[in-house]
Amino acid sequence: MKIFKYGDNVDTDVIIPARYLNITDPAHLAEHCMEDIDQSFCERVIEGDVIVAGDNFGCGSSREHAVIAIKASGVSCVIAKNFARIFFRNALNLGLTIIECEAAVDALTEADEIVVDVEKGEIKRVSDQKVFKFQPYPPFLLNMIQNDGLINTTKKTLKQEAI
Amino acid sequence: MGMTMTQKILAAHCQKTHLTAGEFVHVDLDMVLGNDITAPVAIDSYDQMEVKRVFDTNKIALVPDHFTPNKDIETANLAKKMRQFAKDNQIANYFEIGQMGIEHALLPEKGLVVSGDVVIGADSHTCTYGALGAFSTGIGSTDMAVGMATGKCWFKVPTAIKVVLTGELQDWSSGKDVILHLIGLIGVDGARYQSLEFTGEGLSSLTMDDRFTIANMAIEAGAKNGIFEVDERTIAYIEAHSERAAKVYRADSDAEYAQVIEINLSEIEPTVAFPHLPENTKTFNEIPEINIDQVIVGSCTNGRFDDLKVTAEILKGHKVHPNVRMIIIPATQKIYLDAVKAGYVEIFINAGAVVSTPTCGPCLGGHMGILGANERAVATTNRNFVGRMGHKSSEIYLASPAVATVSAIEGKLSSPRLFYKGE
Repeated sequence: MKIFKYGDNVDTDVIIPARYLNITDPAHLAEHCMEDIDQSFCERVIEGDVIVAGDNFGCGSSREHAVIAIKASGVSCVIAKNFARIFFRNALNLGLTIIECEAAVDALTEADEIVVDVEKGEIKRVSDQKVFKFQPYPPFLLNMIQNDGLINTTKKTLKQEAI
Repeated sequence: MGMTMTQKILAAHCQKTHLTAGEFVHVDLDMVLGNDITAPVAIDSYDQMEVKRVFDTNKIALVPDHFTPNKDIETANLAKKMRQFAKDNQIANYFEIGQMGIEHALLPEKGLVVSGDVVIGADSHTCTYGALGAFSTGIGSTDMAVGMATGKCWFKVPTAIKVVLTGELQDWSSGKDVILHLIGLIGVDGARYQSLEFTGEGLSSLTMDDRFTIANMAIEAGAKNGIFEVDERTIAYIEAHSERAAKVYRADSDAEYAQVIEINLSEIEPTVAFPHLPENTKTFNEIPEINIDQVIVGSCTNGRFDDLKVTAEILKGHKVHPNVRMIIIPATQKIYLDAVKAGYVEIFINAGAVVSTPTCGPCLGGHMGILGANERAVATTNRNFVGRMGHKSSEIYLASPAVATVSAIEGKLSSPRLFYKGE
């Protein structure tokens, strides 16, 4: 896996510009992911890569296309100091792993390799085995993530209510 | 410990008497909103849930406003998908071209939101209805889908920043300048995950259109919602527009706020947010000469009647600078018609501005005024991120309608206060 590192306030207009919002197909959206902030992202990103960024990642529009584009590009996880709130809920609703961990963001570089344990709340840097701890998700959100997002969770609940 | 306005509304919508910040709740929804970009994605998710019908055909609003009248085949197909869904599900509040407007100007005008409501919208500027004393917030397409199916949405109960307004706005300052000032003060993440609650004796001097503009840009400070204390002006607006009665929730006197910020409206100057963040605010004593190529007056932030009024008052007897394209976009059909009746449209055309049918259009870089490489615009819109209105090297300066209009005449970023002093 590789790390792509960015600064503060990465907004949804640079994650997926509105000129591509006339499409909804995830693979097609992924072809333009991050292109206004990092033209080489789409060529270099592969399955399992990680985005590391500063404060307020995903600020701006409510477009879920931003999460869809990141997910479809193969990114397995976004680690930031913190997230803009709509991006935060969109990511969890769609089952994209996002982690708030300031220490990891400050320490990690694009040269690092990491292993993430979401349930334990740990990011481990492979080179020196250094562990960065983060607050694990509360049960409410963990349940949603383990059920692969809000749609599946709701579907299950609705079925149970029908019985 | 008492509750904030927001906490009280949320509590009433999940049948609880008390809520504490940080709790997760499922709340009942009074309105679920989507547009031609976000609803098509939500419709796919909705279909996956295999529900028989939407939770309430009267509590869903679908507004084709972003890429409409459609700019290309793809967006025509997106709008068509939403139109068909509205038809199949007998959605009462679907607004076709001819009836539509920019969603956040349209819903209050149609009386679809009143004080005390909980509204979610798959559009980040859904926070606009906080001007009416409602809890309203932007969410994504998945939340919209689940909202349409179940009438509920999950929330983490937010803490709040209390914004106490004093004084009164002076000439050529407006709600836009107030919210830009606040964002400059606290930053684009200054209210992240929090409510912004506006109160204080200064409130009474703010028009409803000023309040809509302020609440609209709460998201640009990262806020979950922006909400105004309800006063006589709010009630009068709701009575004039809605058949439903306002339900008023006031913050408890011992409500806990993470921060209290006082803003003296008398001291607010015309303010501009420089590229590429709404927090990069400057007042005219610190603004150098900046030539511009385009001016936009419009959007869910500043496309209302008061905005067109000030634009017309300034433009009357003047011409748009030859180096500038000025595009004016009334936010709804009603606002458009009212502007025609008031003679504003004639003033706009005589001055050399173009007037567009209601659309979000250029605000998000959709259509109707996209910027080329290195071009600069002064816009009354809400975001000036890289590439937001077009080419990634273009620049957006966010300002009030008064600043935008004076700048259109002068061909450079200009202050209405200096413009009138010089005359």
